[in-house]
Amino acid sequence: MDFNDSPEEAAFRSQVRAWLDAHAGPFRSGSSMAARRPSHDELLRLAKAWQAKKADAGYAAITWPKAWGGGGGEPIQQVIFNQEEQKAGVAFPFFTIGLGMCIPTVMAFADEATKKRFVGPAIRGEEIWCQLFSEPAGGSDVAALRTRAERAEDGSGDWIINGQKVWTTGAHYSDYGILLTRTNPDVPKHKGLTMFWIDMHAPGVEVRPIHQMSGGSEFNEVYFTDLRVKDSQRLGDVGQGWQVALVTLMNERLAVGGASGPNYREILELARTTLGADGPAIEDRAFRQRLADWYVQAEGLKFTRYRTMTALSRGQTPGPESSIGKIIAANQLQDLTNQAIEMQDQFGIIADPSIAPMEAAFQQAFMWAPGLRIAGGTDEILRNIIAERVLGLPGDVRVDKDVAFKDMPRGV
Amino acid sequence: MNLDYSDDQKFLKDEARKFLEARCPPSVVRGVLDDPDKSYDADLWKAVAEQGWLGAAIPEVHGGLGLGHVELCALAEELGRALAPIPFASTVYFCAEAILTAGSDQQKAHTLPKIAAGEWIGCFATSERPGPLSADTLEATVRDGKLSGVKIPVTDGDCAGFALVLAKENGRPGLFIANLNEAGVTRETLKTLDPTRGAARLTFDQVPVWPLGAPGEGMDIVEAVFDRAAVLLAFEQLGGADRCLEMAKDYALDRYAFGRPIAGYQAIKHKLADMYVKNELARSNCYYGAWALNTNAPELPLAAAAARVAASEAFWFASKENIQTHGGMGFTWQVDAHLYFRRARQLSLVAGAPATWKERLVGQLDRKNAA
Repeated sequence: MDFNDSPEEAAFRSQVRAWLDAHAGPFRSGSSMAARRPSHDELLRLAKAWQAKKADAGYAAITWPKAWGGGGGEPIQQVIFNQEEQKAGVAFPFFTIGLGMCIPTVMAFADEATKKRFVGPAIRGEEIWCQLFSEPAGGSDVAALRTRAERAEDGSGDWIINGQKVWTTGAHYSDYGILLTRTNPDVPKHKGLTMFWIDMHAPGVEVRPIHQMSGGSEFNEVYFTDLRVKDSQRLGDVGQGWQVALVTLMNERLAVGGASGPNYREILELARTTLGADGPAIEDRAFRQRLADWYVQAEGLKFTRYRTMTALSRGQTPGPESSIGKIIAANQLQDLTNQAIEMQDQFGIIADPSIAPMEAAFQQAFMWAPGLRIAGGTDEILRNIIAERVLGLPGDVRVDKDVAFKDMPRGV
Repeated sequence: MNLDYSDDQKFLKDEARKFLEARCPPSVVRGVLDDPDKSYDADLWKAVAEQGWLGAAIPEVHGGLGLGHVELCALAEELGRALAPIPFASTVYFCAEAILTAGSDQQKAHTLPKIAAGEWIGCFATSERPGPLSADTLEATVRDGKLSGVKIPVTDGDCAGFALVLAKENGRPGLFIANLNEAGVTRETLKTLDPTRGAARLTFDQVPVWPLGAPGEGMDIVEAVFDRAAVLLAFEQLGGADRCLEMAKDYALDRYAFGRPIAGYQAIKHKLADMYVKNELARSNCYYGAWALNTNAPELPLAAAAARVAASEAFWFASKENIQTHGGMGFTWQVDAHLYFRRARQLSLVAGAPATWKERLVGQLDRKNAA
């Protein structure tokens, strides 16, 4: 056991570092936390220019074939590049959903002309994609979605789409999206779905930011009113949308990122400078016991990512261990920020960054953590996934499996 | 990046599992559990010695295999999984590691070959009273090279041939090697939570001893040995926790209630998912501990504490929720779930309780971040 790169990996890493040293400088200004809001036009411009630079050097989609504009490299090289890009302060969030989920779906199901049209511009960051799956009536149960696609009555073969999506990351700056719709309500829910790609700037598409409980607006609602799409925009067969969606979800990017927000280091620093009843909070036995738990969890997640990297480095498929990441990270963030606020006693209510300790990082993350436990799979769904896919336990009883979608009981 | 067993280490681990499945089925564990006069399984001990496992991390010059500590961790994981009822941890993780860490060349040459061959069983005698170990309250005393005092509980003190004893000399803590077959040693077997691992009260009356390490350094050596043992014990805990999850899963798939397997209910699925999450966190911390142990890294105290805390929590959780998943059957003597529950508690106390380790961990962390 060791933490070293193999000679080939070390060579690739130093090549990446040299390239980043030479090129990252002008792009670094936009990557501070405060400036990272996706609505920031200047940041988006920087990110797109950076993406084009990466594409020229073969770093924009390292594992994809060169013929499609990728780098023709190995998964471990993508991990190494991501690490170094993060360290260099030029990792932008705008392209991950497009390159990680949407474009792989387009590549799997679209015709050659469509692939040629979209893959290059997506890799170069010229066009941004979003994924339109979740709906008000279908979050964890995505297949319960209600957005309708019906054939136009004019015989053109076009489809007319009406309905609403929700929690769409980046819809407000996206140019295209992949859209899962219901084309047949007379069959059970999984069998009546069809996937399309759509132009987010087309008439009939309206994007409305969601005002989150945290105060920010990183996600959107997307409304479709008589949106007309060509049959050539269909991805996969009519009624095969669920199978297409599974391909999208399987292509989720390598889970080798770190958790964001304050962690044990920040709360340790806070505890050194905050006076409790019997001296600095860091001397409080009860606090120290919890700090140890947070440390063990955070380090456990770090070394779990190292295990995933080990598998990639050996040319193996990583095991399912990375599935534990978000459950631990989200719940720890909630617990740790709550304790950090409690430590401040009456002062803890202050969320003003100019007054609260550590620029109110704990108060901000406290209001964000509830969302983290839900986004990208709730705690409960993730436990189901571990139980069913990792441990091989049976799926839940599904009372709607053989019921036509239109006859399914529905609440609000 | 290389944070996993190598192919050779995986092979060793697979072979160890096959060996223990054949030589240490639950009936062997129960043989010790149900017989109050049996403190360990002598046949298994002999077989394990013949495999060379006792000397896995002992250098060849001292009669060991000289493999390294990652290999010893792999063996520990399998011994924990099989609940091996032998004095392996006392002899290897504590005594051999202590002698390797602090022993003179003469002491190494005298003891390690006998340990590696399975001829000498050792025990590590530090505790005297309820509560965390402290040099301030030590009463066992060495005067003119002779030890007097009481050590309780001493795991494997009922079967060991020698003990490493923490005692005061000239008012300062030291570590001493005592031959337990000398006149003046009295052993009294204790009733413990885990009868598959024997323990005793050892009373010393003017017993001649051999100092291990420099005078006054007893606590430092004990802490260094605890760091090393903690990593190895964590692998035993991990092996046990994995086995609990398997048992719970197998039972939940076979047991029907309300018309279907209970493994299909979210209350059970989520419980087992939580076991998996804790076990994987423990495994990742254990691997880091194995690296630190094998390389004698300066990070060892922090890595050992993290591995011990994570693995203690994982085994505790898995062993109690395994019983819960089994329902009423889990509370019976004949189902093996309680064997793991007992061992989980035994392992998490034998080198100091998790609460003590959390305090050690934060002490290390505080120093590191202040530096």
